[in-house]
Amino acid sequence: MADPRRLPHGEDGGPATGPGYLQHHFESLVQQKDASSLGMWLFLVTEILFFGGLFLVYTIYRWSYPLAFADASRHMDVRLGTTNTAVLIISSLTMAMAVHSAAAGRRRLIIPFLAATMLLGTTFLGIKAIEYTEHIRHHLFPGPWFHYPGPQIHARPAELFFSLYFAMTGLHALHMVIGLGILSVLVVQSRRGRYTGQWHTPIEMSGLYWHFVDIVWIFLFPLLYLIGRHVH
Amino acid sequence: MAAEFIPEAEPLHPRDNYLNVRYGVGSWLLTRDHKRIALLYLASITFFFFLGGLFALLIRLELLTPGGDLVQSETYNKLFTMHGVVMIFFFLIPSIPAVLGNFLIPMMIGAKDLAFPRLNLLSWYIYIVGAAFTMWAVVHGGVDTGWTFYTPLSTAAANGHVVATAVGIFITGFSSILTGLNFIVTIHTMRAPGLTWFRLPLFVWSHYATSLIMVLGTPVIAVTLLMVGVERIFHLGLFDPALGGDPVLFQHLFWFYSHPAVYIMILPAMGVISEVVTTFSRKNIFGYRFVAFASVAIAVLGFLVWGHHMFVSGQSVYAGMIFSLLSFLVAIPSAIKVFNWTATMYRGSISWRTPMLYAFGFIGLFTIGGLTGLFLATLGVDVHVHDTYFIVAHFHYIMVGGAIMGYLGGMHYWWPKISGKMYPEGWARFAALIVFIGFNLTFFPQFVLGYLGMPRRYHAYPPEFQVLNVMSTAGASVLGVGYVIPMIYFAWSMRYGKNAPANPWRSTGLEWQTTSPPPTENFPVPPVVTSEPYVYATESEVVG
Repeated sequence: MADPRRLPHGEDGGPATGPGYLQHHFESLVQQKDASSLGMWLFLVTEILFFGGLFLVYTIYRWSYPLAFADASRHMDVRLGTTNTAVLIISSLTMAMAVHSAAAGRRRLIIPFLAATMLLGTTFLGIKAIEYTEHIRHHLFPGPWFHYPGPQIHARPAELFFSLYFAMTGLHALHMVIGLGILSVLVVQSRRGRYTGQWHTPIEMSGLYWHFVDIVWIFLFPLLYLIGRHVH
Repeated sequence: MAAEFIPEAEPLHPRDNYLNVRYGVGSWLLTRDHKRIALLYLASITFFFFLGGLFALLIRLELLTPGGDLVQSETYNKLFTMHGVVMIFFFLIPSIPAVLGNFLIPMMIGAKDLAFPRLNLLSWYIYIVGAAFTMWAVVHGGVDTGWTFYTPLSTAAANGHVVATAVGIFITGFSSILTGLNFIVTIHTMRAPGLTWFRLPLFVWSHYATSLIMVLGTPVIAVTLLMVGVERIFHLGLFDPALGGDPVLFQHLFWFYSHPAVYIMILPAMGVISEVVTTFSRKNIFGYRFVAFASVAIAVLGFLVWGHHMFVSGQSVYAGMIFSLLSFLVAIPSAIKVFNWTATMYRGSISWRTPMLYAFGFIGLFTIGGLTGLFLATLGVDVHVHDTYFIVAHFHYIMVGGAIMGYLGGMHYWWPKISGKMYPEGWARFAALIVFIGFNLTFFPQFVLGYLGMPRRYHAYPPEFQVLNVMSTAGASVLGVGYVIPMIYFAWSMRYGKNAPANPWRSTGLEWQTTSPPPTENFPVPPVVTSEPYVYATESEVVG
């Protein structure tokens, strides 16, 4: 390792020349990569705890009102939910392919896979918007306009269910929007040829984020859409 | 620790350290240097410290007389709410970690910077944006829910700016998360060659434990405040009893963060005390591994005791018993630290410098605060003194007597390194004495008041409590003077103070092995560590 003080400092925070992507305060690429990975995983831990609060509230209320939650869950459109689940899983595949292409040095493939991921993500949000519109049209958004079409004995806990539905899927959708923003930055940077087989940390880290957001949906889908299927 | 290259007390050349390497507002506001970011934090939290202090002063003035004469009860409610919000979220939580931790951790581990310098700067900006929201709420009439935001008061009843304040705290939480994340990654990946985990200074251990709490706890308060916010704005009924929701669930979520948050405030101060006690006793720390693991144990146990805030909230008695037991357990690692500091001082060569005075203050006051915490963790006693001034006194002994004493001790200890100047020792000792006297005069009477049954959060009280309240208000004035004096002489020393040598305390810490103030890259040559920390004296020197 050369004397690190002689590496360009990159005062703008970005890579300078030489083994450019090595920032001035790291001694080696391995150290820099370790720091990024650990940082990203820690960030995902904070995200788990962030969503965890809502999952906890869901768990407690579902435990308190199992029948009402099952009944309210029947007002979900399972076909749209299933479609969206499939869309997201496929988007995880294309994201993984983008990371793989970057790692293998096939730079031409990065942008198509990123674009496919973004298209699928946008599709998910579109379908979600259709679902939201339907719920609001049927007075299922909590608050003064809420009107429960099912048995009135379940009406108040059902409003809790829909509060949780909108809070959890809304927070998830917000993460999707942020993810799409990150991916568009990656596309721009890929067009500039920033990423190489040797250094493509941002793509890899964004991939972790994207998979995390998918996994959250994998839990949300059964908890919100499918629990009514078993209760008669 | 190994010292390889120290030229002692060389003259300062122009543009050779982090303070004078570049000038201008832009060089500060866009800096990536952890040391400059630490100073940005220092300026901001000092502002909030005095703002929160102003609220405290108004509270104490109102309580000078039994009647409600200075402010109305509504104003009073807002005052204690804003005092709590500002002091906890905008001063105490960032205080030692964001200022001293930010400044010192890379230097203590022999690194050039934190792992993510841009994230570090971002965390300060996030803090400022969050502070702006909360300040907006203050200026536009404040909020009166108490800093705890209990539902359904906060969601359905309170008329103040709950959402703006909650958004401010929510945003500031991310600055805390980023700081914690940055510390953990830095400590894991950027230690100098030879610096193994058990050679780390205890300050770093305590910040590692603090960072764990920041990273694991803060997201929970964030999502909890988010739920309060959407409940207020969109009428989602997450904690609404009218829908079958459970307001006590809010308390569980709130205290899941806010109890560990107490350890975010006290653990870094414990780190400071470990450094100060060894340096000014000129002895190796007694039981290094015990002190190090005690920090981690406090962080872990801290997550398991939140229910002791809810003994009278309708929580099941059995849950209360478990939480009571777990709360007692926190006393074990805390006591280990106190005993080990004391054992470190035993037969040490103690010098009565200002940082050491604060360390003495910390150890005594923290012990009182901790032991009264055991009273409160006891179910029966807690039912008696719950929501009285007893608990106010208890947590101020921890947060002011502990955390702020630690912060001030640390600021004096590292001031020569931070500023390159010596503070005036005589004035500093005098101020430390004033702080200690003022603190005890303010808060000890509150133990008595609480035990006699004076409830907290009321602006009026029966006349028989007046004598003790007058003592407390008088103490608060003395304490205020004690806080203003260091402000003045720190500022004075920046211009008129003596130039500080690289290592004025003859400390063994790695941060003292570079110049004062350090260069931007911290060390002229990346250091290599070849020995344990705190190698102050051989056995013969101690005995002889």
